[in-house]
Amino acid sequence: MTRHVLGRLAATAFIAVVIGFFTLPMLWLAAAPFDDTPTITVSIPQFTLGNFQAILDNPYAAGSIVNSLLQAGGAAVLVVVLAALAAYALSRVHVPGRDLLLYLLLLMSSVVTGTAAMVPIFELATRLGLIDTHLGVILVVSGGLLPAAIFILKDFMDETPTSYEESARVFGATPLQILRHIVIPLVRPGLSTIGVWAMASVWGGFLFQFILLRDPEKLPGSVILYTLYTEGGAPKLDLISTFSLLYSLPVVAMYLLVSQRYGFRFHGGIKR
Amino acid sequence: MTTDAAGLGKARASAFVLPALALIAVFLIFPALWTIYLGLTDYRLTGLAAAQPRLVGVDNYTGALADTRFHTSLWLTVLFVGGSAIAGQAVLGFTIAWILRSRRGPVRRLVEGVVLLSWILPSSVVAFLWIALLDRSGGTLNALLGTPGFAWLLDYPMLSIIVFNTWRGTAFSMMLYSAALENVPPSHLETARLAGASVPQQLRDVVFPLLRRHILTNLLLISLWTFNDFTPFLLTAGGPEGRSEILPVYVYNVALRGGSLGAGAAISFLILLINLIMALAYLRLLRGRRRSQEAAAGGPPA
Amino acid sequence: MISLRDLTKTFPGGVRALDGIDLTIGDGEFFALLGPSGCGKTTLLRTIAGLETPTTGTIAINTTDVTTRQPGERDVAMVFQDYAIFPHMSVADNIAYPLRIKKIAKAERLAKAREVATRLSLGDLLERRPSQLSGGQQQRVALARAIACHPTAFLFDEPLSNLDARLRLEARTFLKRLQRELAVTTVFVTHDQAEALALADRIAVMDHGRMIQVGTPAEIFQRPATPFVASFIGSTPMNLLPGKVTGGALHVAGAVLPAGALPDGSEILYGMRPEYADLALDEREDGFPGTVAVLENLGTATLVTLEARDRLIQVLVPEGDEPPIGSRAWAVPRQRRALLYADDTLVG
Repeated sequence: MTRHVLGRLAATAFIAVVIGFFTLPMLWLAAAPFDDTPTITVSIPQFTLGNFQAILDNPYAAGSIVNSLLQAGGAAVLVVVLAALAAYALSRVHVPGRDLLLYLLLLMSSVVTGTAAMVPIFELATRLGLIDTHLGVILVVSGGLLPAAIFILKDFMDETPTSYEESARVFGATPLQILRHIVIPLVRPGLSTIGVWAMASVWGGFLFQFILLRDPEKLPGSVILYTLYTEGGAPKLDLISTFSLLYSLPVVAMYLLVSQRYGFRFHGGIKR
Repeated sequence: MTTDAAGLGKARASAFVLPALALIAVFLIFPALWTIYLGLTDYRLTGLAAAQPRLVGVDNYTGALADTRFHTSLWLTVLFVGGSAIAGQAVLGFTIAWILRSRRGPVRRLVEGVVLLSWILPSSVVAFLWIALLDRSGGTLNALLGTPGFAWLLDYPMLSIIVFNTWRGTAFSMMLYSAALENVPPSHLETARLAGASVPQQLRDVVFPLLRRHILTNLLLISLWTFNDFTPFLLTAGGPEGRSEILPVYVYNVALRGGSLGAGAAISFLILLINLIMALAYLRLLRGRRRSQEAAAGGPPA
Repeated sequence: MISLRDLTKTFPGGVRALDGIDLTIGDGEFFALLGPSGCGKTTLLRTIAGLETPTTGTIAINTTDVTTRQPGERDVAMVFQDYAIFPHMSVADNIAYPLRIKKIAKAERLAKAREVATRLSLGDLLERRPSQLSGGQQQRVALARAIACHPTAFLFDEPLSNLDARLRLEARTFLKRLQRELAVTTVFVTHDQAEALALADRIAVMDHGRMIQVGTPAEIFQRPATPFVASFIGSTPMNLLPGKVTGGALHVAGAVLPAGALPDGSEILYGMRPEYADLALDEREDGFPGTVAVLENLGTATLVTLEARDRLIQVLVPEGDEPPIGSRAWAVPRQRRALLYADDTLVG
């Protein structure tokens, strides 16, 4: 009996420590943005919303949100459209070597990471004139996201009975009509999941944006955070904390949306 | 399944697949192959070798393999993966999943919520959270421990990034093990309990044998991702004096900051090879298991 | 009218799903393709629809050769086994979908959908989503959608198999009446012989991609052309007993029966339905002897299983006439109901 009670106590203590460990770093994010004179220490804030006004006044901070939207949104649209087309064709038409192809793509996408490919990617972008362009960021990140996106979407498509399409086909629908009327509405949960996943990965992504962009006018929020220093080299804590909070909210909202609407289908490493 | 339910036809099917394949070929596969070539040149970011790179054969590779800085970096990476992924994320993630498995309600949701939150926040935001936590002059941790002025990131850079990455990535292991533990039949555990087995004995005799595949999958994936993780750069930039310069940071410092693209590419290629070994081991595990959800691995936290 | 000439379908990998199918289905006929799973019946239906391309042979609908036409250009409507009702559309939009493809104005097609739906007692469900419908309602939505496009022919793939047993009988009657009223040529696939017998004007029994027998339900039931058809048709399996003609008489399982025109020495298979036999408790020369082993109560009748030397023989007896277990009994075939097969063909 004592052993059981001790076990319960130990488990409860462990849970408390875990909550403490994971919450501690986040407290600053909850407190500092509303503090009149934020320091790096967590303290009860002198409540203010002035820091949010300061963000709006910063020439690069507001623009970087637009850049993030362009890059993350562009990549999400590109990934969803291209992956959906490819996954549909691969799911429905038997191409010889299809399974091998998917296997190799999946292998490549886990092997060719940003770390391993940063030198050639930088070189390639330089030669194609893609340095300092939104398009460059979109194309590079999409290339990395596509294999997993195709793989997951093909799974969705495989689970959809072909009789829906055949039925429409017997009624005379063309392949493109079938795609528009039947297939896309049926796999919409999959498309949304992939869209949100791609958007969130690019929104929070750092490495490619960091090496492909130099011009502060083009930098997304995840990189601009590292430029918010005073001329003296001290971090502008009021801006950094506030901007961090603002920048995190969309990602959290997107995750909540997907898990609420479609249930959290556990796709292993769907988070990048 | 029947072939071609929508009457797509081979030509249209190819047209659907090609754009995606083209993008993957240009921005994923070609760079990987090009790394091999670049690694054999003395290509530099600026200067004479930038205009006319020379083939230098395997010099970059022999140079790297003989360089103590590379050795140090490799060793630090092994520490980083072993400490933060295997000892950190996997062990902590499993323990949380095990303790939460029979609980429902607000406590469970709170724990899962904070663990998941640390996983989904953008990496640059997360890095600043930890800079604020560990700061020398006004960091929360020093205030909490009563050790003002203690420079965690300078004095214990490796420990800092290991704890940081444990915090950052535990969610994946926790979720994977939670899902796996749901599939352990309660009757097996009850049988063991009735026979008088202690918790460690239950784990050893009942749980681990059933979860063998999940554990292997988990260890391979988190090792692969941690091995390629660039986020520690945002905390320490590899410093001080290279004491936290894991391979991803090392490549960046050599190639893009130091300008030696050729040498950087050679290191990249070695990273690719190590990745390939881990990914092949992982995909081998997947085979035989039909349509695994974990197969949808998207890669490391960017 | 649907005419199939020398239709063959070989799948990649060499599986021959259809093997020389020749068939003409008349106008307004209700036609069943019957057979065990894997016999090629669904492939044949899908080939008529155009969802599969035949390897050789031709398909004509109303004298127009449609062999190379797309499914949508054949003027047929198909109801799938899982109904394939689009889950993201309302009942009305589902029924109107074929008309949407034909570019009929929205108001007109919805009016048409309402008309068909009312006829199939779906009038109150038009705004519902398919997931809110019962199995029987879903089946009727699928039928309504097929009717709405006014095709030359209906193709039904196992239209009743997804319904539970009681509902299936109701739906069967409904389907037969509907087909009579519409008088549209209808081909349907089923693995359930009772369904085929009950619904169809004519039945084609298939096995291994071939048509074994084509005929009316009465012909198929009374004169099955091969032992395969004989054992496939009927709610209780037919007794098939090997026998031999010697000395001008037929010797089968301990009974001596008239041999008719069969020459001495011929080896035959003697087919007797449990429904077409009587049970005698006294020794009979024209009866198969055995010991009563099992009694299965079927409600209005009881299925008696006799254990003979090396086989089992089944006889259906009226309720109340069951012999005691373990007693000796003789199964006596009725006159002119027995079937004789030699070399897999009907000889008497």
